[in-house]
Amino acid sequence: MNIINFTPVSALTGGLLIGLSVALFFILNGRMIGVSGIASNFLISKDKKSENLLFLVGLILGPLIYTFILGGEINILISNSLPLLTVGGILVGFGTKLSSGCTSGHGISGISRFSLRSIIATITFMIVGILTVLIKNIL
Amino acid sequence: MNIVVSLFCGIIFGIGLVISEMINPAKVLGFLNIFDEWDPSLAFVMVGALIISTPFFHLFKKKDKPFFAKNFLISNATEIDKKLIIGSILFGAGWGLVGLCPGPAISSLALLNISSIAFVFWMSMGFYVASKFNK
Repeated sequence: MNIINFTPVSALTGGLLIGLSVALFFILNGRMIGVSGIASNFLISKDKKSENLLFLVGLILGPLIYTFILGGEINILISNSLPLLTVGGILVGFGTKLSSGCTSGHGISGISRFSLRSIIATITFMIVGILTVLIKNIL
Repeated sequence: MNIVVSLFCGIIFGIGLVISEMINPAKVLGFLNIFDEWDPSLAFVMVGALIISTPFFHLFKKKDKPFFAKNFLISNATEIDKKLIIGSILFGAGWGLVGLCPGPAISSLALLNISSIAFVFWMSMGFYVASKFNK
């Protein structure tokens, strides 16, 4: 194992902002953020429709504000294989809805609450994510 | 007022995803690549988020109500069931395949690249199908 591309300061800074968002949403609106929950409920449920929509709009505005107002640069490198994106997208959507949480809902909000369910979910998806990358590297 | 809070929190969350580079699938796949060339950075995203959200949650959950809603909505699920485990396994596999989870996937729609749009479309289909199982 070699350690590469290590950027702890920007990662921690971004994490603090995400934590601030979760804390404010809880104190003001009374809910713990989980993006898969907000997105799937926006699509499926009538409850809290506008609150969920505005959060999702904010998520998309975030990178735009970062680029056009704060003058930052965004680099992303993503697969362009349609079959891979299709299978990955379905797995992420189906899996997070079935387990009622994703990286934010279980990994941040759930662990903040000391929820054993969320701790187990987070360990599980981390291990499977690591194994998936390992298997992809071997193939 | 609560929709203004929603928009503001979404923006702060989205900027956090960008600054931390959680929005970049290559960065995420580097984080999951622990046996080869490992980029441990994203562990610090979780640390940064938890050191803020954990104390605020525990300080404020004892209050009667949030500022702009009637009551707190906190999950009371405690059961470690098959849905939790199988769902987390499937999610982990999809995350490791592409390097996107729901928040960054939605935020990356801002960049208007066809890959993100395709991923979010199929993720939404996944939500919809799974919601039939959750009833």
